[in-house]
Amino acid sequence: MASIKITDQCTGCKLCLKSCPFGAIVVEDKKARILDTCTLCGACVSSCKFEAIDFTKEESQAADLSAYHGVWVFAEQKDGKVANVAFELLGEGTRLAAKLDTKVSAVLLGEGMESASKELITHGADTVYVVDDPKLRQYNDESYADIFVQVVKAYKPEIILIGATTYGRSLAPRVASVLNTGLTADCTGLEIDTQKRELLQTRPAFGGNLMATIICPNHRPQMASVRPKVMKALEPDETRQGEIIVPDVNIPTDTVTKVLEVVNSLTEKVNLAEADIIVAAGRGIGKPENLRYVEELADVLGAAVGASRAVVDAGWIEYSHQVGQTGKTVGPKIYIACGISGAVQHLAGMSSSDIIIAINKNPDAPIFKLANIGLVGDLVEILPALTKEFKQRIG
Amino acid sequence: MNIVVCVKQVPATTEVKMNKETNTIIREGIEAIINPFDTYAIEEGVRIKEQGGGKVTVISMGIPKVADLLRETIALGADEAVLLSDKAFAGADTLATAYTLSLGIKKMGPVDLIICGKQATDGDTAQVGPSLAAKLGIPHTTYVRKIEEIREGTIRCQRLTEDGYEVIEMPLPAVITVVKEINEPRIPSFKGLMKAKKAEIPVWTADEIAADESLIGLKGSPTWVVSTFVPQHNVNSEMIEGKPEEQAKILVDKLLSLQLPLSK
Repeated sequence: MASIKITDQCTGCKLCLKSCPFGAIVVEDKKARILDTCTLCGACVSSCKFEAIDFTKEESQAADLSAYHGVWVFAEQKDGKVANVAFELLGEGTRLAAKLDTKVSAVLLGEGMESASKELITHGADTVYVVDDPKLRQYNDESYADIFVQVVKAYKPEIILIGATTYGRSLAPRVASVLNTGLTADCTGLEIDTQKRELLQTRPAFGGNLMATIICPNHRPQMASVRPKVMKALEPDETRQGEIIVPDVNIPTDTVTKVLEVVNSLTEKVNLAEADIIVAAGRGIGKPENLRYVEELADVLGAAVGASRAVVDAGWIEYSHQVGQTGKTVGPKIYIACGISGAVQHLAGMSSSDIIIAINKNPDAPIFKLANIGLVGDLVEILPALTKEFKQRIG
Repeated sequence: MNIVVCVKQVPATTEVKMNKETNTIIREGIEAIINPFDTYAIEEGVRIKEQGGGKVTVISMGIPKVADLLRETIALGADEAVLLSDKAFAGADTLATAYTLSLGIKKMGPVDLIICGKQATDGDTAQVGPSLAAKLGIPHTTYVRKIEEIREGTIRCQRLTEDGYEVIEMPLPAVITVVKEINEPRIPSFKGLMKAKKAEIPVWTADEIAADESLIGLKGSPTWVVSTFVPQHNVNSEMIEGKPEEQAKILVDKLLSLQLPLSK
């Protein structure tokens, strides 16, 4: 079994205390001690300047890692339209592949995928593996996972990136579980250890209060789901050349999971994951009628409308608008928080926004600590003034 | 209907506070709670049982103390709860966790429906549900916001997507992960609390679920944490003062000067 020990080199410097996400280290009599609450995550090892943490992992027998090559991107599509996150991942995949001196490929499942395949090439894919079949018209966890696994087994990529969307976060763990390999969820940063050909995957945990870097040293492929809007897509280039491969797969005919109906009930005002700008309403809007000021501003800006939990729980707006720990995690370029006080749970869902603008009556609201720009005042006055000003200047 | 609900112990995140001097999460005195998303899973399981009969069994993998939280789930309407606890489970990532849970569930005998919360609030991975379904070789649906019907060995449910929802039908047994929208969890009843007090929570070890030791705990985990750090939010907050019209003008000036994508 794996074990962790503090050796005599320990000076009691307490550096490891900071690194432990579980608070499982104490320093007593100038020496660190590991408590029973330790989960053997290994996070403390690199924090020690004195090599006093003896952490032994029994290596599970390493598979032949050298058989795996290339960086893959799952090209999520809906109704033949490739999701933006797939282009972003191709951009990031191109950068990672260059460091590994390998190629970047896209895997595309669907029906009538010809133009989508070409679009993936113009966005950087060296190869597109296309499985084009009427049975794959609609995303289905079971059949998509089944085929994806077959393609991975046949072509053996070393890295697979999947957008951390509704579909991606459902598909990726199913595929990784069948392949018995590692998967890191919802990454916001990727790097390569070129010597070991390891993918260094950085992701937020504890509602964004802690960042962890994770590796998958002894298993291939190394899989990561990546948050939309974090990576940069390449400029599409029509002159890019790429190869289209139709893998020989067995398309399951006995899929038991049936998608009976797809209802696109939400407007762009709710697609929070893809929005460049989000205008979000909090309890401070006072009453449901005042939501219209938020919506009007969002309209002018072409923004999505978000909401705090308080507003959703009060029944003023649907759950699909909720941003925060029990709602959605978003990362737009601009987040305008209107009457949102800034509870930790809300911040967990939006703190990675590029620019945060807070409008609140209370000058001591915690949201102002995180906001880049703050406006103290009455929303009922400020929001219409803002809408009017934007209309005049950009409308 | 045999329903299994998977739960995880997480720190009570409402009380997550940062120590400003050391920049670490303060954990002293932080209460452990049932992952908030799992409370919707428990409630949904209990509602299905109340409508159509059956049994709700809660399962968790964790340290021995988690038994206290499992007792709470009895108060919320679960019939039984089982804890998978063994030093050998320590350090498990989502793959090893899914494998371990799958063995615990297999040991229970035939199961019709497995309900998980959408994700846990500490790790936020949302991976264990689908991974568990794969380990059990059964279908799954994530982000379920409503169960429309359970009938003749199939479940029809609504899955929340980015732009609406989908209606999905699967044969049972199956795994679903649920979002907050699905229900409003009840408050424990007095009778439930009394029952919880007396409840025995069996603890199953790695041996008892016949786990392959190379697939559990740290050894069975392909992913390793190599470092952690606390993100710095070094924000230079700038306050815009003045009358509403003046504030609006200054803000728009500022945003336009940043060349942001302000209109479509």
